[in-house]
Amino acid sequence: MEYTPPPFFKRGPSLLARLGFFALLSVILLYADARFHYMEAMRKVIAVVLYPLQELADTPGQAASRVANFFVSQSYLQRENDRLSHENFMQAGQLQSQQALIAENRHLRQLMELQERAEQTSTVAEILYVGRDPFGRKVIIDKGSSQDIEEGAAVVDDTGLIGQITRTFPWTSEVALISDREQVVPVQVVRNDLRAAVFGIGYDGALDLRFMPVNTDVENGDVLVTSGIDGVYPPGLPVAVVSNIERNAAYPFAKITCTPAAGANRNRQVLVMSRLAPLPDYPIAPESKKAGKTRKARKGG
Amino acid sequence: MMRSPMFGKLSGSEEILLPVKPSYITLTLLVALMINLLPLTGWLLGLRPDFVALVLLYWGIHQPRKIGFLPAWLLGLAMDVADGSLFGQHALAYSVMMFAAIALHRRVSMFDMRHQILHVLPILLIMQLIVLGVRAAAGGEFPGWWYFLTSITGALLWPVTDVLLKIRLRQRPDPDEA
Repeated sequence: MEYTPPPFFKRGPSLLARLGFFALLSVILLYADARFHYMEAMRKVIAVVLYPLQELADTPGQAASRVANFFVSQSYLQRENDRLSHENFMQAGQLQSQQALIAENRHLRQLMELQERAEQTSTVAEILYVGRDPFGRKVIIDKGSSQDIEEGAAVVDDTGLIGQITRTFPWTSEVALISDREQVVPVQVVRNDLRAAVFGIGYDGALDLRFMPVNTDVENGDVLVTSGIDGVYPPGLPVAVVSNIERNAAYPFAKITCTPAAGANRNRQVLVMSRLAPLPDYPIAPESKKAGKTRKARKGG
Repeated sequence: MMRSPMFGKLSGSEEILLPVKPSYITLTLLVALMINLLPLTGWLLGLRPDFVALVLLYWGIHQPRKIGFLPAWLLGLAMDVADGSLFGQHALAYSVMMFAAIALHRRVSMFDMRHQILHVLPILLIMQLIVLGVRAAAGGEFPGWWYFLTSITGALLWPVTDVLLKIRLRQRPDPDEA
C-alpha cells in the first residue's frame, strides 16, 4: 500500500516554489513590456478597472478646490477680470494682424510651391495628478482616447511646450514632461535659426542643450522654439530660454543650461495639439543594398 | 541574543482577536490601494509610504494562511498600471515581500512593536531595491536617496497600521445576543 500523508499536512507547493512561479511570471511580463511593449492592451484593461477607484481617490481634492473656488473674494475676481479683459484686448490686436499674416504666408508658400503648413486643432485638458513613478517625470490629464487624444501629440500651456502624450487610456492619458530624462526636443534658436536638441535632466526648472561646440553662437537669453523637423512637435512652440553657458575648452561641447518656458506645475489647464500630418517618406538611396539598411535604421529611430 | 524575546513584552499574540474574514482583508487592501491613488504632489508624494505594501505585509505576517502570492501579485500589477511604471515591477517586488512575510511570520509576531519595525524596514527596503534593480536593468537612472524615504515612513507607520487593522477585530460579540 502506498503511503499518503494525512490531508492536514498538505499545503500545496512549497513557499519557495510559489515565489519562483510568481517571480518568473513577473520577469516575463517585465521583459515583454520593457523590450517589446506587448503589455499596452493589458494595461488599458486594468486602467479601466482602476478608473472608478482613481476617481474616488481624486474626489476629496476636487471637492476641496471647489469649496476654495466658492469662497474666492470678489476683489480677486474683479482684479482677474480686469487683467483678462486687458489681455484679451491686447491679443485681439495681435490676432487681427495675424489673420493677414496667415493669408500672406499661404499665398507666399503657394508662390514658392512649398508645402502648406498644417492647420492644427487642439483640445483643452486638465492635469489630474502628477505621475507617482519616481523614475520619470509624467503627469496624467483628464482626456483620453475616447476624446481623440493620440499618442505622440504635443502638450502646451499658455507659455510654451510642456511635453508629449506617451500613453492613452480611454478617459485619461499620460504626458511625459520635457524635463523627463528620456525626452528630447528638437529646437531652433530664434535669433539665428541654429538647430539643436534639448534634453530633460530629471527635475523641473532646468533643461540641457547638449552637443553644441564650445564656440557655438548661443547667448544667454536666447529663446529656443521647436524646430518641427521631427514631425512630432509642431514648429514654433516656445520651449526654453538659455540661462547659463559654460565654455570650457577642455571639453568638446559647451555646457548650456536652459530654463523651460512653461511648467506643468504652473497651471492645471493644458492644450493637447493634434498630431501633425505624417512627414513624406524618407528618401531611399537608389542602390538596392543600401535601401534595406536605410529603412531598417528609420524603423529603429 | 542576550534576552530571549519570549520574556519580552508580547504584542498582539496575547490578545484574543476575532477570526479574520477574507472579505475584511479584501476591503483593507482596496482601501490601501485607494490611499495609494490619492493625487499627492511634491514632498508629500516623496514621503508617502506604499500603503498596499504595508497592508499586504501586515496580513502576510498575521494571517499567512488567508493571503498568498496571488493577491500580492495582482495588486502589484494594479500598482504598475496606476503608476505608469514598467508592467510587472511592483508585482515582482510584492511577491518577494510576501515571501519574506510568510517565511518570517512566526519570528516577527514574537517581537514587540519596536523590534517589529526593525524587521519591517529591511523588508520594505528590499522591495524598493528590487524595483530599483528592475528599473536600472531597463535603463533608468537612480532618482536620488530620497527614494528610500518611503520605506522609512512605511516602517514608522507599522504600529499605526497594526492598530488600525485590529480595530474591527477587537469588537467582541455580545454574549447575551442570541
